Amino acid sequence: MSALYAARARKDKVIRILCFGAAAFGLTWLGLILFTLFSKGLAGLSPDVFTQMTPPPGSKTGGLANAIMGSVMMTVIGVGIGTPIGLLAGTYLAEYGRHEKLSFYVRFINDILLSAPSIVIGLFIYGAVVVPMGGFSGFAGSLALAVIVIPVVVRTTEDMLLLVPNQLREAASALGLPRSLVIRRIAYKAARTGIITGILLATARVAGETAPLLFTALSNQFWNANLMKTMANLPVTINNFVQSPYEYWRQLAWTGALLITLAVLALNIVARLLGAERKQK
Amino acid sequence: MTVPAQIDRTGPLDRARALAAFKLGDRTFYWLTRISALAVLCILGGIILSLIVGAWPAIQQFGFDFLVTRRWAPQLSPSPVLGALGPIYGTIVTSLLAMLIAVPVGMGIAIFLTEFCPPAIRRPVGVAIELLAGIPSIIYGMWGFFVLAPFMTDHFMPAVIATFQHVPLLNVIFAGPPSYLSLFNASLVLAIMILPFITAISRDVFQTVPPMLKESAYGLGCTTWEVVKNVVIPFTRAGVIGGIMLALGRALGETMAVTFIIGNSFQITGSIFSPGTTISAAIASEFAEASGVHMSALILLGLLLFVLTFIVLAAARLMLARLQDKQGK
Repeated sequence: MSALYAARARKDKVIRILCFGAAAFGLTWLGLILFTLFSKGLAGLSPDVFTQMTPPPGSKTGGLANAIMGSVMMTVIGVGIGTPIGLLAGTYLAEYGRHEKLSFYVRFINDILLSAPSIVIGLFIYGAVVVPMGGFSGFAGSLALAVIVIPVVVRTTEDMLLLVPNQLREAASALGLPRSLVIRRIAYKAARTGIITGILLATARVAGETAPLLFTALSNQFWNANLMKTMANLPVTINNFVQSPYEYWRQLAWTGALLITLAVLALNIVARLLGAERKQK
Repeated sequence: MTVPAQIDRTGPLDRARALAAFKLGDRTFYWLTRISALAVLCILGGIILSLIVGAWPAIQQFGFDFLVTRRWAPQLSPSPVLGALGPIYGTIVTSLLAMLIAVPVGMGIAIFLTEFCPPAIRRPVGVAIELLAGIPSIIYGMWGFFVLAPFMTDHFMPAVIATFQHVPLLNVIFAGPPSYLSLFNASLVLAIMILPFITAISRDVFQTVPPMLKESAYGLGCTTWEVVKNVVIPFTRAGVIGGIMLALGRALGETMAVTFIIGNSFQITGSIFSPGTTISAAIASEFAEASGVHMSALILLGLLLFVLTFIVLAAARLMLARLQDKQGK
């Protein structure tokens, strides 16, 4: 009998060690990535990065100013287009069509779009926007990002509205408030922090998207605020610089990668803090 | 915003007008939300339609042969020969290899976090994993290109090749010469990229097990591993498989993590140490210089990828929905 106990205890111990090993193994890789990113990225960080344009081949000076601006512009516009649509669609799923057949399909398709390969979304916008408009543009890039933002916002809006207690809605209705105002004044207010968290996470998600921009916004070396032309942006610039033979370009690629990562981490952390605040209430 | 103002202006007696305004506002808002919900369906329709239109010339020219042709020769004139077998092979090999590495490790970490981990470090490690899941894939790709690929190729691959030199079958899979740009390096980066994702999902799924169930098993004298094996995993099986398939969907469609280090070679050599390509890497590397039927063939590749991931993701969602039903949500 005691032999059996010992065997079971031993097995438990072996698994315990294996699981601990898995955690150590996984975290080591991830730690190594962050370490390389910070050590190589910080080495190239200087004011020039934020004030100079992306350099031409072979040049030893230059920064990422135009790429940073392009990325910020396209991300903001993409989130700006995607958020209202996602918000309204999420509202329909949670408030009006909670048990309808249509909502079932929308929910299912939305979940698939949520993890659809971003390169396919790039091809979609290439076929639907770039070809008819006759050229690559920052606008097409923003649209591609918007298509990625929509499912994320739909999902969080629906989830957050479902958390709002029905008594709140009933109380408002009993006071004679029409349905649309119940949603806009009461339900949105109750779900506000959750929805904002979702929008921040969606922003973080698209800030580093590269594949869809390869076929839509392309990139260039100039300061350009015209949305109808090709637009420099950090991810595509990194993509081009990584594969180049110039040491200075590679250095800039690391710095750009660090900037993107920091932005994404900051957005994630703010979203998380907001979420934690909501739970405490 | 305008509705209450209207009530004030017209006075409480003018009920009819106020009600009409409410009704209009209600109806407008309802249709706005409904149209937005329909827009989500339209996006899916738009993706499929635009890919089919773009891929049509290639579908017409190659037909079913596209799926079984190994040759990829876009420069041949007048009619290029293009076949998708190479990228399909590469996509499946890299994804499966990545899952083979990431699933056991990711589940191990999830079990560690939910069952074995001291509570003091549970939250920090969990948060770190979730933050890492949000890092853009291009970062993993460039790290793989500059750091991991050179290291693996110089130190790991030669040893493996030498070890299995005389073992049948394995000496084909691990055939030399080592190459910086290889299916193996790409799979490894892919595995590291989906690792936080698998961990985060499995942990969430494991946490759905009611504590009462686990406590009952402990009460019967089970060890922690026996609780995991006999209670946690059976209870969450559908969810775990769903989560794994979600990760597989990600791995299949991932572009930036593999493009730099896969080599964009359409050859099928059978060795995982040789260069290859995936569907997404082929599209990303060739799109800029493609035109005509070459371009159309790339879009057809995109369509194939979308169909493939759609099937995997749909299956994943159905599995996860089953877990939710079980919870009575």
